[in-house]
Amino acid sequence: MADVTLRVYRGDSETGAPVDYKLPLTEGMVVLDAVHYVQAHQAPDLAVRWNCKAAKCGSCSAEVNGRPRLMCKTRMDSLPLDQPITVFPMKSFPLIKDLVTDVSWNYEVNKKIPPFQPRPGVDWKIDQKDVDRVQEFRKCIECFLCQNVCHVLRDHNKTAQFAGPRFFVRTAGLEMHPLDGADRTRLLKEEMGIGFCNITKCCTEVCPEEIHITDNAIIPLKERVVDQFYDPLTMLFRKITGK
Amino acid sequence: MTSKYETHENDVLIIGAGGAGLRAAIEALAQGASVGVVCKSLLGKAHTVMAEGGLAAAMCNVDQADGWQPHFRDTMRGGKFLNNWRMAQLHAQEAPDRVRELEQWGALFDRTDKGEILQRAFGGHTYKRLCHVGDRTGLEMIRTLQDRGVQLGFDVYMECTVTKLLVDNGRVVGAFAYWRESGRFVIFKAKAIVIATGGIGKSWRVTSNSWECTGDGMALAYDAGAELLDMEFVQFHPTGMVWPPGVQGILVTEAVRGEGGILRNKNGERFMEKYDPKRMELSTRDVVARSIYTEVKEGRGSPHGGAFLDISHKPAEYVKRKLPSMYHQFKELADVDITAGPMEVGPTCHYVMGGIRVEAETGQSSLPGLFAAGEAAGGLHGANRLGGNSLSDLLVFGRRAGLAAGQYSKTAPAPVADDSQIAAAEREVLAPFERTEGENPYTVHHDLQEVMQSLVGIFRVEDDLKKALAELEKLKARAARVRVEGSRMFNPGWHLSQDLLRMLTVSEAAALAALARQESRGAHSRLDYSKTDDAWGKKNHVIVKKGEQMTLFAVPTVEMPDDLKAILAEDK
Repeated sequence: MADVTLRVYRGDSETGAPVDYKLPLTEGMVVLDAVHYVQAHQAPDLAVRWNCKAAKCGSCSAEVNGRPRLMCKTRMDSLPLDQPITVFPMKSFPLIKDLVTDVSWNYEVNKKIPPFQPRPGVDWKIDQKDVDRVQEFRKCIECFLCQNVCHVLRDHNKTAQFAGPRFFVRTAGLEMHPLDGADRTRLLKEEMGIGFCNITKCCTEVCPEEIHITDNAIIPLKERVVDQFYDPLTMLFRKITGK
Repeated sequence: MTSKYETHENDVLIIGAGGAGLRAAIEALAQGASVGVVCKSLLGKAHTVMAEGGLAAAMCNVDQADGWQPHFRDTMRGGKFLNNWRMAQLHAQEAPDRVRELEQWGALFDRTDKGEILQRAFGGHTYKRLCHVGDRTGLEMIRTLQDRGVQLGFDVYMECTVTKLLVDNGRVVGAFAYWRESGRFVIFKAKAIVIATGGIGKSWRVTSNSWECTGDGMALAYDAGAELLDMEFVQFHPTGMVWPPGVQGILVTEAVRGEGGILRNKNGERFMEKYDPKRMELSTRDVVARSIYTEVKEGRGSPHGGAFLDISHKPAEYVKRKLPSMYHQFKELADVDITAGPMEVGPTCHYVMGGIRVEAETGQSSLPGLFAAGEAAGGLHGANRLGGNSLSDLLVFGRRAGLAAGQYSKTAPAPVADDSQIAAAEREVLAPFERTEGENPYTVHHDLQEVMQSLVGIFRVEDDLKKALAELEKLKARAARVRVEGSRMFNPGWHLSQDLLRMLTVSEAAALAALARQESRGAHSRLDYSKTDDAWGKKNHVIVKKGEQMTLFAVPTVEMPDDLKAILAEDK
């Protein structure tokens, strides 16, 4: 089969540049296969994260031809092969080396979210329909592509005030757990900064698990915040009673 | 000298952050111990995340006739009675409580009409026993455990590789490691260590395992003087993807067969009728893997050298709901719509039943202070593991090892690390940088995989195994001379040069034990000793390091008490 060119970003936080690698294309090859080929034959120190190679672990996130993707499920034959295929690290996170970025901030954000808390006296009987409803949020593989593409983080760098789509999905999975009794609404408003999201749906577009992040997670959570904090009647009631 | 290194101290150090490691960490925390978890990848990416089909526990939600006794019996039968019967008993008895606990920590499973946890059929299980959520049970489990552990407050050392256990006065006192990101060294001091590093599949060319599964924990334990058990038993999962080449080996969950999937050869024959007419596709993994292998070998394989696995007779919506990730995996990676036509599947190296030799109750290894759980420990599964018994293993024995390590740490003396051991560990890790010439570690790894794939595979024979051991000697010499380029910063070539050393140790253990066992049992099939031999059924293989030499000896299995014998005797 024909040779293809992979243009991979090589460098660290201080300096770097794209480097071209020519390699033979094989049938069914994905971008991660191509990166591995380069590692084994041309650049053994090329840094890349990966684990399962089956789109289940969310480790091999990168920007392929400018689009945030999982390298393990991006088929080479889905890309224009007459020009170099660019593989760059996720832009929104600090670069460590080559395709590896520092995603530790995400783990810090996650710590803020109160865990599942069963309502007192629940009998642990759940309807399958209620399981199905939250499945969507719970299938997130934490690839952080949604975080990478979200302009609140990518362009405005609001990491201190804004938790990002991944953690709205996680919060939705907890809030809509059929037996959960915790209230995370104030947290959503004050610490997770859900108000910053202006529902451009960029996160939904890049989600490899096809989670409807904006429509099914963020908007319902925004509604909860509005109901609790901005409902005029409630506000009036609060003013009168001082509660 | 230790002051020269970044040093962390915890009462209990867990190596590995999959299901067993995280469950152990949670239990050690519950004992009041301070707990550190060190893992090679980011938290939540461990191989447990790939577990698909479910978690075996006799909850009796679907089949009331089930109970710990039938689960125990199935596990022992599946393991061809070589299992540590006490582990099999504890596992069957405690698995339901571990599932309920997981649910109380927020895991969501699929439900029955009555709203209880739904259970599905799986190979070798007499009753519908596998608690599951679609085909992503492992993800649900690891997220639940991960978040529980984070809330309880363990220290996590991510993307960090342990290369040596530190031993003082015959007990484990810590570990030497490097940060994958920076290449800097780090010392972990601990009163007790739990090994939960998973499997060894990366030594084979066709495997469902991720890059992490290089047998680290077993090799570390072996190097430190602990015993390994029954390393010849390596499970080849019957259904891995076979096409295209880049995805060869990636797992196709047994749940496809659990949900009614049918295996056929190129002539359209449902060949399991020949090999196991009673259980058909839901026979045990060793039998199904050998059957597919034989069909292919005898010229009845699919175009790309596998068998056809078909679930398309079920309604498309049902398939997409019960097997969503399989649907996407085939659609995106192989251009196959599994709701419309068959998949092509073939055996893939999946799991090692052998591992660190431990006490059933505590996971204590033969080395004081060193515990092990999950795939890294041996014994529970005997000669062959049943599907679904791994996730339950992680929870039951992860908890037990964490509990025992936590308690042990209360009376253990403060750990003292020996400078000369640390210096030696550092020299070994840095050596590949200092060579001016030498091979690329990727080439040596490639050749190792070819050796294990062709000589220590599904069917084994004395000449092949002897040849494998000779080849492994050559590979060890080559691995000791590899050279790496670049800096110590996130350098995968360097990381591989280190993982390679561990892979070679466990590969040698597997080949040595396979050569010694002159019978066929479970996943170990010898062409030259094709019968299962009762005398061999009373022997386990133990491997230990004597000087620099890997030494193997047989030990008699422990006699089973009469009440358990009676359970096995029941013909159900």
